[in-house]
Amino acid sequence: MTHFLIRRIFWAIFLFLVATIITYLIFWVIPTNPAQLAAGHAASPEFLASIKHRLHLDKPIYIQYFYFLQNLVIHGSLGRSFLNQQSVDSIIGKDAPVTASLVFGGAVLWLSLSVPIGIISALRPRSVTDRLTMTFVLIGISAHPVWIGLILSFVFGYKLHITPIAGYCNFIPGTAGAQCEGPVQWAYHMILPWITFMILFAALYVRLIRANVIETMSEDYVRTARAKGASQRRVMIHHVLRNSLLPVVTILGMDLGLALGGAIFTETVFNLPGLGNQVIRAYGANDLPIITGVVVFSTCCVIVFNLIVDVTYGFLDPRIRMS
Amino acid sequence: MPALKVTDLNTSFRTDDGVVRAVSGVSFELDQGQTLGVVGESGSGKSVTFLSVMGLLDPRQAQITGSVQLEGEELLGASNARLRQLRGRKIGMIFQDPMTSLNPVKSIGWQLEEAVLIHHDVSRKDARQRAVEILKQVEIPRAEQRIDDYPHQFSGGMRQRVMIAMALINNPEILIADEPTTALDVTTQAQILRLMKDLQSEYRMAIVMITHDLGVVAELANDVIVMYGGKVVEQSNVDDLFAKPEMPYTWGLLGSLPRLNSTSARLEQIPGQPPSLLNPPSGCPFHPRCEFVMNICRQELPALEASVQGEGHRFRCHLDDEARTRIWNQKRAALGAEETAA
Repeated sequence: MTHFLIRRIFWAIFLFLVATIITYLIFWVIPTNPAQLAAGHAASPEFLASIKHRLHLDKPIYIQYFYFLQNLVIHGSLGRSFLNQQSVDSIIGKDAPVTASLVFGGAVLWLSLSVPIGIISALRPRSVTDRLTMTFVLIGISAHPVWIGLILSFVFGYKLHITPIAGYCNFIPGTAGAQCEGPVQWAYHMILPWITFMILFAALYVRLIRANVIETMSEDYVRTARAKGASQRRVMIHHVLRNSLLPVVTILGMDLGLALGGAIFTETVFNLPGLGNQVIRAYGANDLPIITGVVVFSTCCVIVFNLIVDVTYGFLDPRIRMS
Repeated sequence: MPALKVTDLNTSFRTDDGVVRAVSGVSFELDQGQTLGVVGESGSGKSVTFLSVMGLLDPRQAQITGSVQLEGEELLGASNARLRQLRGRKIGMIFQDPMTSLNPVKSIGWQLEEAVLIHHDVSRKDARQRAVEILKQVEIPRAEQRIDDYPHQFSGGMRQRVMIAMALINNPEILIADEPTTALDVTTQAQILRLMKDLQSEYRMAIVMITHDLGVVAELANDVIVMYGGKVVEQSNVDDLFAKPEMPYTWGLLGSLPRLNSTSARLEQIPGQPPSLLNPPSGCPFHPRCEFVMNICRQELPALEASVQGEGHRFRCHLDDEARTRIWNQKRAALGAEETAA
């Protein structure tokens, strides 16, 4: 166990370094002038120079990276935005819950849809139900989330007035300056983003689950169970499901980790103030600390979710628990 | 009344390339407490025959006709619910590969208990007690502790013992063993065969031993059927079959048995490939590989006719009695000469 943890931690550090270095390299390659953006167009050359100095933009890129690491390790801080000097930590702290609402709510929806549908499809491959499902899956995979989101927002929000067109409400009431708040308003505003998210992922997961269930049903131990006289229901629940959902847990962990770094398309369409939207703004402004901050955050999410997957796997699969 | 009576069983599969006739016109009887050896190469239809008997083939793919009677009760056309009651209760089945035949995420205790609980209205505690008991009978050391272990913590031979335990836990009338020792090493094979023999005398069940190993048949079986290309080509009691086989394919099988005291450096082999079931050869299925092939063999399937050798000994071959006797005597002399020369 200690060995496992040590390996994990080294892997996490390595992943973190690679991800941030790449972010800095990209920033260095792109010809930009963030100081100009921060100072405004009418700024005098002296003012520009002082801004540059204050943001360390007059230093070489590896020194900037070194400052970033130093700041993170010693002060535990991700730095401040180039643009408005806001702390990156607080920006992420404010935006991450929005993205998390979207991702976890969407995940609950897409799993509760794709698990039963995937199983039903697998039970009768090539049947009418299966073919219909696979057609919808193909549409779901092919359709772009922006398109799906806009259509949903147009139909249900603009035309039918069933849902809001866009926007976000805080789950926890009491935020200053909020237009709406509370769990009900929060869920009401999240319905369409969740559905958008669900359509995208449900399609992928139905296909994945269907394939896994079909494969597991042809396993020898499933035949053994049927030779024992087990009913179809019993065979599915006790012998097929757990084995066929094991690989799904892995994929789910990776998808959740990645999505938490910002569901850019869905957040943009519904104007949700999450990490994805924040990153888009930061790209426009060449706001390196925010971009790096989000990269660090999503790297951590991926690492944490992979860890969760490994631990879950240990519970689900005795072969891994022992070794 | 025979424990199992199969009459004119035909099983075919619809595939994208056409209809595969995996089993055609198979008939046999199995009496209580007896052992039937079913011999044949891969693809000869021996496994499919017994998966049909068990009702374990997907009805959307497999079409089965004929009659399968378990103690007089017709199984073909019986309801799924009835078949489920009989599977695992009246007929147990074990499979070739013990490494993949147990569910990897459930403890073997759970899987054994499940077999009891499906058929009996007893508490899990009682089921567990029965599981420990049967594990001891199949000679799993420290059964009380090992019952909570998972399949991957057992060796291949031990897993096959668990499979046997699971098949016998409800005292079935018939145990169908589909190449139970093929995936095991030789010493383990012998142990498993001895165990099955012991359990048979204790439980008085009939055994169907599907195998490609005539040595296993000689050891365990009372009766043998030899299958080729989905058809029974010879059936007999075991002594007659080894004393005077009537069919060139059976001669080939006997000739390809390795002998320790043989002086010949090479194993005899049957030339050619097993027949395609999608485009089966015309006439006798064995004719493309038969060294005694005649014109009639290419045109007509020989009937399963009675041998003069003994009661119930039947075979398919166009060669006349005299020719078969002469050829077998030569073959036996050749095999015997090797043995005496050694």
